[in-house]
Amino acid sequence: MKTWRVSVHITPRGGILDPQGKAVEGALHSLGFETVRDVHVGRHIIIENDAANADEAKSAVKAMCERLLANPVTEDFEIQSAAEA
Amino acid sequence: MKFGVVTFPGSNCDYDAYRAVIDSLGEDAVYIWHKDHDLQNSDVIILPGGFSYGDYLRPGAIARFSPVMTEVVQHARRGGPVMAICNGFQIACEAGLLPGALLRNASLQFVSAPVNLRIENADTMFTSAYEEHEVIRVPIAHGDGRYTASEHELDTLEGAGRIVFRYVDAKGEITNSANPNGSARNIAGIVNAEGNVLGMMPHPERALDDLLGSHDGLGLFESILSRVAA
Repeated sequence: MKTWRVSVHITPRGGILDPQGKAVEGALHSLGFETVRDVHVGRHIIIENDAANADEAKSAVKAMCERLLANPVTEDFEIQSAAEA
Repeated sequence: MKFGVVTFPGSNCDYDAYRAVIDSLGEDAVYIWHKDHDLQNSDVIILPGGFSYGDYLRPGAIARFSPVMTEVVQHARRGGPVMAICNGFQIACEAGLLPGALLRNASLQFVSAPVNLRIENADTMFTSAYEEHEVIRVPIAHGDGRYTASEHELDTLEGAGRIVFRYVDAKGEITNSANPNGSARNIAGIVNAEGNVLGMMPHPERALDDLLGSHDGLGLFESILSRVAA
């Protein structure tokens, strides 16, 4: 059993109005970053989790996302990485 | 008749709801601490407004796992009335008692203001004291009230008369400018398929006395009383 640092990105689902992303997009445009086409603001969660290997650590975090960390109605999640903490 | 008002850490409308029942309706009310597993034989459960768990993660996401929610869900599944107001609505959606979710207001601003609501269905246990399409004035106070659900879910709600309140202008028209938070189809409140769980962002418990601007919220409490006591 080792401790794994698992990183997960949670983002608003495509097609659902993301006013926070729009506000940031507008601010970037007003700063002169005219190449910006779209912005979405989500959450980045880092979890240190005990597991036998990286895959087990990831699958535990997947269950956490489904149960609590992401809202299945409005958000998507993607587990980014698992490294020894 | 006894109303049980659940207090979560961060609830701030529990006292208003409690006083609404005792002072305005003249019925019995008790507080139920979120860590308890006892609804104290309450006939009606109120999930009040506030900022349970500081709205961390998402509003209602953590409160829905409070110990008392096991009993609240059982009460709802047995057909017991549940009034979920503001943060309570967010908790009820997270708990799966109601479909959809409440997202950040489209304006990104917290809105605290009286709004006009149209009674879309006066044939529910929460609205029988009102007339169909009556317009009432009740305050809102939230930053995350944009009701969101899939088009399919919205059609289901609409087709079954489960949209109970909509944001309208003073003339009762559904307009974009009357929509304070960007909710889909101007939805301010819905009921579950069985009709015993109501979720609404506006605060009827803050509209019970003309001294505070309106007594239009009283009809909700009277409706429940006449239905449950009958």
